Amino acid sequence: MEHVTILMAFAFAAVVAGAMLVVPSLIAPRRLTPVKAQPFESGKDPIEITQGRLAVKFSTVAIFFILIDIELLFIWPWAMLYRKLGWFGFAEMLVFLGILMLGFLYIWQKGGLEWE
Amino acid sequence: MTGEIVVPVVGLSALLPALVVVGAGGLVLLLDLLPPRASKAHLGTVALAGLVAALLVTVSRWGTDDRAFRDMVLLDNYALFFDVVICYAAALVVMLSMDYVGREGGESGEYYALVLFSTTGMLLLASAGDLIVVFLALELMSLSLYVLAGFFKTRLVSGEASMKYFLLGAFASSFLLYGIAMLYGATGSTNLDRIAGSPAARDGDPLYLVGLALLLVGFGFKISTVPFHMWAPDVYEGAPTSVTALIATGSKAAAFAALIRVLVVALRGLQPDWTALLWSLAVVTMTLGNLAALAQSNLKRMLAYSSIAHVGYMLVGLVAGGASGAGAVLFYLLAYTFTTIGAFGVLALCQRAGEEAVEVSEYAGLARRNPVLAATLALFLLSLIGIPPLAGFVAKFYLFGAAVRGGHVWLAVIAVLNSAVAAYYYLRVLVYMYMREPEAGGAGYVPSFAGGLALAIALIGVVALGVMPAPFADLAQGAVTPLLR
Repeated sequence: MEHVTILMAFAFAAVVAGAMLVVPSLIAPRRLTPVKAQPFESGKDPIEITQGRLAVKFSTVAIFFILIDIELLFIWPWAMLYRKLGWFGFAEMLVFLGILMLGFLYIWQKGGLEWE
Repeated sequence: MTGEIVVPVVGLSALLPALVVVGAGGLVLLLDLLPPRASKAHLGTVALAGLVAALLVTVSRWGTDDRAFRDMVLLDNYALFFDVVICYAAALVVMLSMDYVGREGGESGEYYALVLFSTTGMLLLASAGDLIVVFLALELMSLSLYVLAGFFKTRLVSGEASMKYFLLGAFASSFLLYGIAMLYGATGSTNLDRIAGSPAARDGDPLYLVGLALLLVGFGFKISTVPFHMWAPDVYEGAPTSVTALIATGSKAAAFAALIRVLVVALRGLQPDWTALLWSLAVVTMTLGNLAALAQSNLKRMLAYSSIAHVGYMLVGLVAGGASGAGAVLFYLLAYTFTTIGAFGVLALCQRAGEEAVEVSEYAGLARRNPVLAATLALFLLSLIGIPPLAGFVAKFYLFGAAVRGGHVWLAVIAVLNSAVAAYYYLRVLVYMYMREPEAGGAGYVPSFAGGLALAIALIGVVALGVMPAPFADLAQGAVTPLLR
């Protein structure tokens, strides 16, 4: 029963927070003006972002991320067991990294690293 | 963690055909980065050389029984037979693409690399001895094909084809994976031999049955049997015609290879169950495919529905069962591959006023404008109907004969009736080509040396398989014996 006070605190917080959301929507006056509907309210008409339009190349970023992320995923356990794996492990990792680097080289040469 | 690590035995010889093709794919990617940047025609030659090398490797290894990676990859005669079919299909597709893709404005190095990567997936699918390898190979093949289907980036239909293929394909893959999980849950293994030998296989574990049903859904999508065929017409229509040819032949042959191996080896304990399931699938697939093809005016859509119907015929062979049934399916796939690539190849080489010619009406009077091309297309269509002495007739003869011998007389009757219905829509194209007045500015041949050569090879294949089928039929029979031990 000693936790009842904590539950009461939770309930009180929920009621207060809920009231803050619900009560204004019931009683507050709502006057929508064109200025309020604008995304910026800094006194200047919003035209565009100062740096111009920014292209976030999601697909390129995603491919790079997967490339490096998968590499890490395999290299980590490999490095932990490197001595036990011996030359076999070394050769396998070289093959893996070789294929990975082929992909990296390709995306690099195709301009994947150029940010506009 | 203590204990020695057991270094696995790496048996690369069982992977040799796939390694050659994937090596060629990597080479194409590297060469793509080097000059000349303007033209990519030389990359097609490199891809073709890789596929021919893989074909030679495959033929030279005929008769081996290589197992590697704890029976995950099997290179037996069965896999080698499919490797030949797949390499032929891919090589002909590359030859058809050389001028076609550049002409339609999609030429780039990635195209040939993706064709080679999807071919690698097909080759692995044919030699998969483990459900995990089946899934991996299927994904490698499909992911490359999803991209290839949308290769004409500026065309709306091409993007639509790619998107539909991708969404429905991913959906079907999840069914397949769920089926694999069920079989693993029932038997404790993903290896085909060990699944067959597990106690669950004998006791009729319900999980085992559910696994079978889910696997059939997944494979049914890839080979486009009827309840799962909705994607086929849209994808075949929207994808570049050369890619359509690859989807219709290579990917179908590879999926059939894996399906037959899984059913005949891993699920042989359930043969009565899957025979009953495939019986009904075969009937619906044939009938719906042919009926829908009757109403098409677009040749690519018509051939899409016709290829659905042909899958129905091939399922007849699987229902018939035994060495003669499975052998007949293999022979049918060989004949179907040559014929279908030929038919799509003619479409790829025809243009009307700078656009691809795909409507039946555009082919009116083709016989008068270009008698050789019209005769070529006519022969491919006659082979698809099953007129002797062409490949399609012999293939159907073996298939329906096996069904009758297997005691499925009614199925054979339905299949023959379907073939008769199918004759109508193939002959309609012939009527347009030979008996209608030529339209002003109808479809015309765009000269292409590699494409013409590919058509010639396909034509020789169709005629050779029809005139002297015995050696090829023996090869197909010999290829299925390793499965039925």
